[in-house]
Amino acid sequence: MAVDESVLADLARTEPERAPGLGARIRTFAREKPLGAAGALIVLLMISAAILAPVIAPYDPLETDYGAMFAAPSRAHWLGTDSFGRDVLSRIIYGARTELLVGFCTAFAGATLGLVIGTTSAFLGGRTDVIVQAVMDVLLSFPLIVLAIAMVAVLGTGTLNVILAIMVPMVPRAARVCRSSALSVREATFIDAARSAGFSRTRIVGRHMLPNVMAPYLIMLTSFLGQAILLEASLSYLGLGVQEPTAAWGLMLQGAAEEYAESAPWIPFFPGVAITLAVFAFNLFGDSLRDVLDPRLRTH
Amino acid sequence: MMFPTLLGVAVLVFVLMRILPGDIVEVRFASEGGTVSPEVLQQERARLGLDQPIWRQFADWMAGLVRLDLGRSMWTGATVSHEISIRAQLSLEVAIIATIVAVTLAIPLGVIAALRQDTWIDYLVRMISIAGLATPSFWFGILILLAFLILFHWTPPMTYVPFWKHPWRNLEQLIWPALATGYRYSAVATRMTRSSMLEVLREDYVRTARAKGLWQRLILTRHALKNAMLPVVTVIGLEFAFLIGGLVVTEQVFNLNGLGKLFVDAVTHYDYTLVQGLVLVVAAAFVLSNFFVDIVYGWLDPRIRYR
Repeated sequence: MAVDESVLADLARTEPERAPGLGARIRTFAREKPLGAAGALIVLLMISAAILAPVIAPYDPLETDYGAMFAAPSRAHWLGTDSFGRDVLSRIIYGARTELLVGFCTAFAGATLGLVIGTTSAFLGGRTDVIVQAVMDVLLSFPLIVLAIAMVAVLGTGTLNVILAIMVPMVPRAARVCRSSALSVREATFIDAARSAGFSRTRIVGRHMLPNVMAPYLIMLTSFLGQAILLEASLSYLGLGVQEPTAAWGLMLQGAAEEYAESAPWIPFFPGVAITLAVFAFNLFGDSLRDVLDPRLRTH
Repeated sequence: MMFPTLLGVAVLVFVLMRILPGDIVEVRFASEGGTVSPEVLQQERARLGLDQPIWRQFADWMAGLVRLDLGRSMWTGATVSHEISIRAQLSLEVAIIATIVAVTLAIPLGVIAALRQDTWIDYLVRMISIAGLATPSFWFGILILLAFLILFHWTPPMTYVPFWKHPWRNLEQLIWPALATGYRYSAVATRMTRSSMLEVLREDYVRTARAKGLWQRLILTRHALKNAMLPVVTVIGLEFAFLIGGLVVTEQVFNLNGLGKLFVDAVTHYDYTLVQGLVLVVAAAFVLSNFFVDIVYGWLDPRIRYR
């Protein structure tokens, strides 16, 4: 079978004596997972666009120009202007800042909180585990968007609150996955050894269990990145997320469909392309990362 | 496990609603404008039972729940079950059509991709499904509307007509939101079908069936597909449950008066009873659909038939 040959070839290639350097590992990743590398490249482009926004954006994203409202894409405004005469391209470039901020903060915080809760719950076991799992079950029975809207209602709108609101529904999802792999780690001999050496619970969980649950954690983290951007776009579209005049992709779609559909279709079109491309890139990268990190899936 | 989870949901949504700053009385009088004396506010609160201690309000609500009485909407005065039932039909219909779209796309595509692993068909299916995961359904909906407007100067009808009264008019309105959500839904299911099928095709019993010289199509449907369906059914069930209450944004795009819109309205009006009832119904739908998934499991795989 072709799969077995490639595994053998892999084995033949790797040098057991020393771990390859970072550069070599990136090259290997790019060669074996071209789609994943393409995703990573788009993400890198997005990050540099966000950082260099003031340099590359042709206009100030907040600058209104009532002389150029609803201008169609042209040489002056590559992607046209919106109902305030603001340049759509500049708002998309600056919007990358909002999306990355929301994406990374929620994905990191949500996955990490889930990791700690899931691993601790698995380690402690018994009644604590049952109670924690019951609470997670309750949180899991809400659709993501419903729980996020409820959180926004409590916290109020604005970028920081949106980050918190999106993070909350992610925690139980990460906790569930991390717990199940922590359960298998808990039975390992080295945990018994650590216990018999008299290490504290905090130390066992922190130093011995958490590092061994890193693979599912990283997988959840990357899959959350895309989801967070989608969720932020949905909330902002409903007017419950990031508020005007901040440049955010979901916000740019708001009201665009009904009002400007025929007269200015570029207003709803381009921000949606940006969202799709960003989520697409994060998903591609995440998928390949999962293939690399999870040995059970490697053959598929 | 069903009732403790639902009880937890009830407690959580009750508490969440009470920590919201402000209440329905303030929102209602603020919307009417002018100044209202504190006595009037107090009277209104008493009428709605909001002057009672929190534990008392909770106990009253619970007592109603036991009799399957969700109470009355604080905003409209109609019963919560009435408010929900007139919109549930629409939401349920969109969810069902989206599921049909998703399943009819996902299973053939997933199976073909698995059978032709690492060929151009497989790559194409994977690209389509990864793109489906990345496209926001509400934006896809906007694009559908845009396309109709620009190409045909046509918009789907705005008023809901029940399916049995006028099937064509009904589909004319609901098929588009269902397609918009169905694409994403099918992407999730396609990926699951493909990976599950790949796993099953490597099983010994499939090899045995091949060695026996069984007809390829029989191996696929009876031996492989049926076993590969377990995780797929789980995903379909989960997504279906989430569609019932989670179509908030798509409903907004297509201007549909469904459960998602009702939820957003209820939250902005601080309509405690309606939000509570609605969340419970959505959570119950989730729990119920999990239950049905379990039943389908038993049918697909006799080894896990429950006693």
